[in-house]
Amino acid sequence: MAKPAIELKNITKRFGSKVVANKNVCLSVYKGEILSLLGENGSGKTTLMNIISGIYYPDEGKIFIDGEEVVIRSPKDAFKYKIGMIHQHFKLIDVFSAAQNIVLGLKEEERFDIKTVTAKVKQISEQYGFDIDPNKKIYEMSVSEKQTVEIIKVLYRGADILILDEPTAVLTPQETQKLFAILRRMKEAGKAIIIITHKLHEVLSLSDKVAVLRKGEYIGTVVTAETNEAQLTEMMVGKKISLNINRSLPKDPVDRLAVKNLCCVNAEGVKVLDDISFSARSGEILGIAGIAGSGQRELLEAIAGLQPVQSGDIIYNNPKTGSQDELRGKTPIQIRELGVRLSFVPEDRLGMGLVGNMDIIDNMMLRSYRKGKTMFLERKKPKDLAERIINDLEVVTPSAQTPVRKLSGGNVQKVLVGREIAASPTVLMAAYPVRGLDINSSYAIYNLLNQQKENGVAVIFVGEDLDVLIELCDRILVISSGKVSGIVDGRKADKGEIGLMMTKAGGGSKNEN
Amino acid sequence: MINTIFAFINAAIIQSIPLLFGATGEIITEKSGNLNLGIPGIMYVGGISGIIGGYLYENSTEHPVAALCIIIPLLSSLIGSMLLALIYSFLTVTLRVNQNVTGLALTTFGIGIGNFFGGSLLSFFGQTGSISLIETGKCFKASLPFADKLGIFGKTFLSFGFLAYLAIIIAIGTSYFLNNTRTGLNLRAVGENPSTADAAGINVTKYKYLSTLIGGAIAGLGGLYFVMDYTGGAWTNNGFGDRGWLAIAIVIFAIWRPTTAIFSSFLFGGLYILCIYIPGLSSSAKELINMLPYVVTILVLVVISMRKKRENQPPESLGLSYFREER
Repeated sequence: MAKPAIELKNITKRFGSKVVANKNVCLSVYKGEILSLLGENGSGKTTLMNIISGIYYPDEGKIFIDGEEVVIRSPKDAFKYKIGMIHQHFKLIDVFSAAQNIVLGLKEEERFDIKTVTAKVKQISEQYGFDIDPNKKIYEMSVSEKQTVEIIKVLYRGADILILDEPTAVLTPQETQKLFAILRRMKEAGKAIIIITHKLHEVLSLSDKVAVLRKGEYIGTVVTAETNEAQLTEMMVGKKISLNINRSLPKDPVDRLAVKNLCCVNAEGVKVLDDISFSARSGEILGIAGIAGSGQRELLEAIAGLQPVQSGDIIYNNPKTGSQDELRGKTPIQIRELGVRLSFVPEDRLGMGLVGNMDIIDNMMLRSYRKGKTMFLERKKPKDLAERIINDLEVVTPSAQTPVRKLSGGNVQKVLVGREIAASPTVLMAAYPVRGLDINSSYAIYNLLNQQKENGVAVIFVGEDLDVLIELCDRILVISSGKVSGIVDGRKADKGEIGLMMTKAGGGSKNEN
Repeated sequence: MINTIFAFINAAIIQSIPLLFGATGEIITEKSGNLNLGIPGIMYVGGISGIIGGYLYENSTEHPVAALCIIIPLLSSLIGSMLLALIYSFLTVTLRVNQNVTGLALTTFGIGIGNFFGGSLLSFFGQTGSISLIETGKCFKASLPFADKLGIFGKTFLSFGFLAYLAIIIAIGTSYFLNNTRTGLNLRAVGENPSTADAAGINVTKYKYLSTLIGGAIAGLGGLYFVMDYTGGAWTNNGFGDRGWLAIAIVIFAIWRPTTAIFSSFLFGGLYILCIYIPGLSSSAKELINMLPYVVTILVLVVISMRKKRENQPPESLGLSYFREER
């Protein structure tokens, strides 16, 4: 039997001493075969691909190309072994033409002869059925065209092993079908293809084999023809783990925030929120589950007034006046004054909401500086607030005058959430508040959210970890590609069921296979 | 009248040469994403290094050889300006210091070096007076032998030393290099999007260093032209004036195209001395006319940002340090 085009044996990669991004991963792909690499966010898929393409170097394990052990230390080495990576974020120069991008960095004849390049690009295009104008500038291209340029780029370099990092995330269904047709043609031409994805139906329709990663661990490889969605989901999300998070029964919940048929379009004209409807009730934690980038961020920002809404309504039932207020069209400040608070913890934690170089007091003032009566800053109240947060939430800091960036991640997040809670909100939106936290800090945050819930606040919690969502939330709203897949009861929810809803194509109806 | 116009054109060309050197050097540098605001300082250093080299040689021999009179100042000028450009590259590329701060500091530093050596070089050797390298100046000023025989045409367009022609050749060569060679393509990629260039296997650090060094060396030649050809081997403190800043303005005016920079330099050179050729101006009117190059630059900036044509924008990562993405 032929040797695999590429084989990984026991690859392990750690970041720092704590984070294990990949653990004992084994993979093999033969020529003329498509392997899907399946896993949730943060399961280590991209890290693994970066190891193959030379961006990271593994701590342990071996890589074989055509049966020979190789060492890949840089992207250059990866080129040498004919490995081509198509990144999720395109690596293209906007002001260059397609042809210029394709030959970038190649060591060929010094004089840049556009005609030969164009001819070779045309030849590759015809062979695999691409439709591209080599002289078109990248900034004039659609997302799908840019992806085509990326694929031609690696083929032009003679790649035999292609890695595609979530190639369909940015494509329309029609474009996806076109891409799959091309991938199948490349497979027939004897290329080995690895495609990273978390869309189950794509895995089943395209690939020959599926390798599954979960939280950095290698779960196993199955042959696509012998598996089904249920089995793959179980491999992906795993068995339920008990966390023992306290959860009280909601006390007389009333609808606080009603979102009706909400649609949003991003700057590229792609629909990021499609007909979202749900309500958040007082005294309840509503969880939002979904693959990263399914529209969670846009949804919260739309409610907070930071994201333009295309159509739909956001109705706020004001407990003070009893009136129903339309939030759409209000400024973020007006919305905040109504008691709708957003604490968003982005991937880099400090990116939104706190200023790293300012101390805790000054960060408190970011929310309250308008309250002063004179043109001078009033530091007394923010200082009291900062000290109260430090005491109540047990923030570990030398003083309230310490710049926020010097605090550890958990303490930064406590400050962020604490500040929003301090304004006694009626709706509290917390996105990824436990991102990157250790267990104790996470529980401190869960307790904070639970306290708010008991005070009658409508809490919206966007989380990554399904186990947490299931144990903390009263109801869980599952979204997939900007659509609502369904709302489940947190007390009865099944992890596999939510997993399936998250990965379902296009969201929407529940009966889709 | 016609003679005045030709004299003006001639003077404008002479004025344009240092500007063109500076602009071409800065274009090469900026194409790598390095916004080197140290160019005015580098041009001063290019000038004074040439002076020092020429002075040491002229002082060391009774009968200076013409070839050495050119080669020694030329080499010392290149070395001087490249040293300064090396400081810039080391600080901004290796240590990732803010480019604007580094550039402004280098300009102050470079002008300081120029004035320090310019003012005290003679006293180091126990001489007095001001620096005047007559022999060297003569060599640099030597024009084409047939220029004199071509009447007013020769006088207006051909009466320059070799550096003037070199400036134009370098500008045209740079244009060809940027647009028609792979190295040029790679360089532009580094300035546009270094992480993409990096992923394509281009050594970003090497490109940034080399383009800044070469760009600095070319800009320094502008200073050399000024002290050797324009003033004929003499140094006056602050004599070079604000021409370095004008060169940077030309880069914007020429929308980062070396061939356009040739004509822009000529235009700016003309505007720079226009007030001398308009008779009967009051001193305040002169100052207003001296402002013209900068006003024009601001207008160009407004126009190109309004038209938003992507090709006419500055290199996308201009002024930014490059970090390779790591977790």
